[in-house]
Amino acid sequence: MLLAAGVEPSWYLVLASALFAIGATGLLVRRNPLVMFMCVELMLNAVTLTFVTFSRMLDDIGGQAVVVFVLVVAAAEVVVGLGIIVAIMRRRPDATADDLALLKG
Amino acid sequence: METFVFFVAAAICLAGALGVVLSKNPVHSALSLVGTLFGVAVLFVAQNANFLAAVQVIIYAGAIVVLFLFVIMLLGVDRAENLSVDPLVGQRAAAIVAGVAIFALPVAALATTGWDATGAIANLGSVSDSAVPDVEGIGRVLFTRYIFALEITSILLAIAVVGAVMLAKKSPKAADMIVDLPARPTSTDADAASADATSEEGTA
Repeated sequence: MLLAAGVEPSWYLVLASALFAIGATGLLVRRNPLVMFMCVELMLNAVTLTFVTFSRMLDDIGGQAVVVFVLVVAAAEVVVGLGIIVAIMRRRPDATADDLALLKG
Repeated sequence: METFVFFVAAAICLAGALGVVLSKNPVHSALSLVGTLFGVAVLFVAQNANFLAAVQVIIYAGAIVVLFLFVIMLLGVDRAENLSVDPLVGQRAAAIVAGVAIFALPVAALATTGWDATGAIANLGSVSDSAVPDVEGIGRVLFTRYIFALEITSILLAIAVVGAVMLAKKSPKAADMIVDLPARPTSTDADAASADATSEEGTA
């Protein structure tokens, strides 16, 4: 059985790819900007999990140090992104990503 | 033991991720996101990344998701979204195909390497050495090798704070930056909702 065998580090990588794929699919499918943002967070988390797993597989702390930077960038991204969403939604409370097409040629 | 922890945490992660994507209500999506973030934190602990697990719970589940919920409540967009209509025909099917491909590509790449990590090691410090805790190792790397990147990070955070303040400010200049969106002729209740919002702004 699977439970009898030990955990291979590559299982974590497969799980991280699954999380990333679900996040990417959600980003493509959903139209609510807030939910799309959460999907981006899902993808970032999948990548941090990959970094930690590689850090363990290669026995090198560098991967964990990079995760700290990913966290900081994610926090900055959320602050600015939610600021933009609040500014848009104040004007149109039901705006979806399809409505924000002003830059379309 | 780690096998059991892995499968439970992986199930929590995947269920939460599917909940984020499939929930009609943004509040439910945000709460599902907490589940995924918590599962990832458990997987960090299982891999001896204790500091990152704590940071994950504090920053992500504590701060970022609360920020999400705060914005949802502030804007009052916690209505259920109609997911049955596909605005772009065939887009959903294409997105699912793309998602399967995004999952299959890294797994295939991993299979070609024999399910193992390859490449050079940076030799920044050991993870398995129990004499050096992971906090000490990360701190040492951040303040020696990545000190320049760390300083740039502080500037990035300062810029993010200034940007958020500028976006939230209700000055005439900032209002000009966001052009009024054209009204959609198909939905009548949407126009009523936006009319309510403008009248509220007028009274406030």
